[in-house]
Amino acid sequence: MTGNAPTTDIAITQQDLAAAFRRFIDAEYVISDAETQRVYECDGLAAYCEMPMLTVLPENTEQVQQVLQLCHQHNVPVVARGAGTGLCAGATPNQYGVLLSMAKFSEILEIDSAARLARLQPGVRNLAISEAAAEYGLYYAPDPSSQIACSIGGNVSENAGGVHCLKYGLTVHNVVQVKLLTVEGEALTLGNEGLDGYGADLLALIHGSEGLLGIITEITVRLLPTPECAQVILAGFASVKAAGDAVGEVIARGIIPGGMEMMDSFAIEAAEAFAQAGYPVAAEALLLCELDGSVEEVAEYVDSVTAIFNELGATSIRVSQSEAERLLLWKGRKSAFPAVGRLSPDYYCMDGTIPRGQLAHVLTEINRMSTEYGLRVANVFHAGDGNLHPLILFDSSIDGEFEKTEEFGGRILELCVAVGGNITGEHGVGLEKLRQMPAQFNDAEISQFHALKFAFDPKGTLNPGKGIPTLKRCQEYRTLKQNADAVQGGHKHA
Amino acid sequence: MPDISTQLLEQVQTALAEHSTLDIRGNRTKTALGRASAADSVPLDLHAHSGIVNYEPGELVMTARAGTTLAEIDAALAEHGQMLACDPRRFGGQATLGGSLATHQSGPARPWYGSLRDHVLGVRLINGRGEHLRFGGQVMKNVAGYDVSRLQAGAMGTLGVLTEISVKVLPQPDYSQTLIKTCDIFDGHTLSQQLASSTKPLTGMTWVDDTLYLRLQGSQQAVAASTRQWQEAYQTTAIEPEQGTQFWQQLREHELDFHRQPAGHSGSPKLWRFSINPRTGPFLTGERWLVNWGGAQRWISGEYDLETLGEHAQASGGEVCLYESSDGTEERMLMTHPALRRIQQNVKAALDPRGIFNPGRLFSWL
Repeated sequence: MTGNAPTTDIAITQQDLAAAFRRFIDAEYVISDAETQRVYECDGLAAYCEMPMLTVLPENTEQVQQVLQLCHQHNVPVVARGAGTGLCAGATPNQYGVLLSMAKFSEILEIDSAARLARLQPGVRNLAISEAAAEYGLYYAPDPSSQIACSIGGNVSENAGGVHCLKYGLTVHNVVQVKLLTVEGEALTLGNEGLDGYGADLLALIHGSEGLLGIITEITVRLLPTPECAQVILAGFASVKAAGDAVGEVIARGIIPGGMEMMDSFAIEAAEAFAQAGYPVAAEALLLCELDGSVEEVAEYVDSVTAIFNELGATSIRVSQSEAERLLLWKGRKSAFPAVGRLSPDYYCMDGTIPRGQLAHVLTEINRMSTEYGLRVANVFHAGDGNLHPLILFDSSIDGEFEKTEEFGGRILELCVAVGGNITGEHGVGLEKLRQMPAQFNDAEISQFHALKFAFDPKGTLNPGKGIPTLKRCQEYRTLKQNADAVQGGHKHA
Repeated sequence: MPDISTQLLEQVQTALAEHSTLDIRGNRTKTALGRASAADSVPLDLHAHSGIVNYEPGELVMTARAGTTLAEIDAALAEHGQMLACDPRRFGGQATLGGSLATHQSGPARPWYGSLRDHVLGVRLINGRGEHLRFGGQVMKNVAGYDVSRLQAGAMGTLGVLTEISVKVLPQPDYSQTLIKTCDIFDGHTLSQQLASSTKPLTGMTWVDDTLYLRLQGSQQAVAASTRQWQEAYQTTAIEPEQGTQFWQQLREHELDFHRQPAGHSGSPKLWRFSINPRTGPFLTGERWLVNWGGAQRWISGEYDLETLGEHAQASGGEVCLYESSDGTEERMLMTHPALRRIQQNVKAALDPRGIFNPGRLFSWL
């Protein structure tokens, strides 16, 4: 793998660095042998593997500080890792560097119920926050699909989303304070326990920065009162366009659902086979619309949304009548990825965003490309916020099929940019989407990102080679693209 | 409405060539916020760079040039029953979208609806190298590249010239009801804490001059039911809709009696803003307070210093700033942490390496 070597020469051997770490970290938590390190070779995107030089699992902030100081002194790259559930190869180790696992930072430090805040170590699992807050009638809103396993530190690093973003926002909207260590090991606190401070919003800048700007050691999130009531409406439609129009009409009538998810026919079939939730398998598209709030509000809006769906030609409508039924209806959607995964040896999950009005066009194009590449695609869509997850089915044991899949995926992302969207809504760039960054940003913008990275990390040792492509790579991309376009143009004229 | 970004870009390039600095201006409504830019800075006027570029009500997104007035934006949104849910201070409608983001505005519903920073989806800006760049987008989610758009919130133009901004907009609530209860600051605090965790459709909670004001917004049935329940449980009184609307507007615009306090001995009143943990009990109780956002934001005015108030703020998990003052030379916030100062200077250098934008506007040392 190229591009992730540090800019300055590393000034220490693996053995010496391991010995230095063992002076202040339990020897058991300084891992230098290949076999034990194997579990860290990739994150949730297993297509990208790399062995780290050394893995450490510090147990407190002082140890992290010392790790950073040593690495900074010797120009050693540092890659932070949470639960390793990320989907963009953002936590792929660096072969010349230290993999800094934050797994030991798993403590909920405080549930400040009166202020509706939770103070957390970065390794706390997303779902564990809501579980701990439940006894106070509170919960943490962002709920990425991986919420059982993913850590809050990783959520901040990728600015994770979920199925409730339109109403409740992303991670960045639900975090009030982050403590982090700079690459030099200095402690910084960004944000406060109130809302909004004086000066430029560095707290926002940290969100989605993929471990390139600092190492997060503590996070304070906002908790919300658990809604009195939530009901979900399941509706089938005869076309993706009809379902898209129905979403638009709900919003035009002034209703902001807690969640609004769409699945296409292939995804419906797969999810139903997996979860037996009673999904309308004959429908071309399915909507799951969740309304939450006070009992009266939910009752009023369930009536309105049901009426809208009927007006706009829903082929079936089912409203959850109990909490068990609501959870069952969600189960199909929440297990859509593994459900689709069962139909194929491998699947590749894309993460583009588009203006909602472009959905029918984008799905038509994806279907066309699906035929062109001979690869099946199931589509799952956060319809409320325009975040599209096409799942491309492939078989990595067939020579060249992953490369073909990546190319197909890349073209989907370029299509998203072309219709006014972008290449990633919530999964991040990591190593995976470096190739598509030049489709969204020009060289001056990419250079601006590098300058911001330099502001925090002048030697470029924090997660090097991730998130922002080198300008050289951008130029290569543009040349390739021009050539490809010229070839395609040539075909058209032929 | 004209797009004058080409002229703006030329002015920035001229400043670079002539080694001059620029004082970025919209409609000059917020000169009392933050410090004054260095006196020899050349005005860079954005008020003519205005107009709504794109508004898709079905997408809940509006894109407008930075000099667009909030009056123009409100009017366009109202036609479709939508609003800027972050509810920035309007200054008689003359505040611009760019200035509102640069000063990180938000209204009484901030804890429930978010601030302008929360609603920004993307920006175009001219950096200090004289490049016109685009960050973020016009969709709700975007994690490609660093979040340069939200970084601009509160930067007061020190990190570039905002030229175009895309924001998320939301439907206006069907129905609003304001409830009041007469109580002192201690009882107001206790009741606020109780109600803040409730599941009712709360979008405002402010205590000022021995009255707690509560706003409920949402579907008519939900608001009506909650109003009845709170009247019974807490002896709150529902006030007339016009009265309620007027209160929240005056609160947002800093036009309540509280804001019209007589000038101190230095000439004009200084207004201090605390951003602190909302459960913090009342302190400096001899003073006249305005407690907003269920306790997360608190205001006093008068002759204080940042050190004294800063101790109270720190003890409450937050910070204090001199929010409004006619003296443009005073420091507005203490930033003593060396690493934090260095990072801010580095971030400034990353976007504005020659320091041409609003020198001294945010901090004397930036």
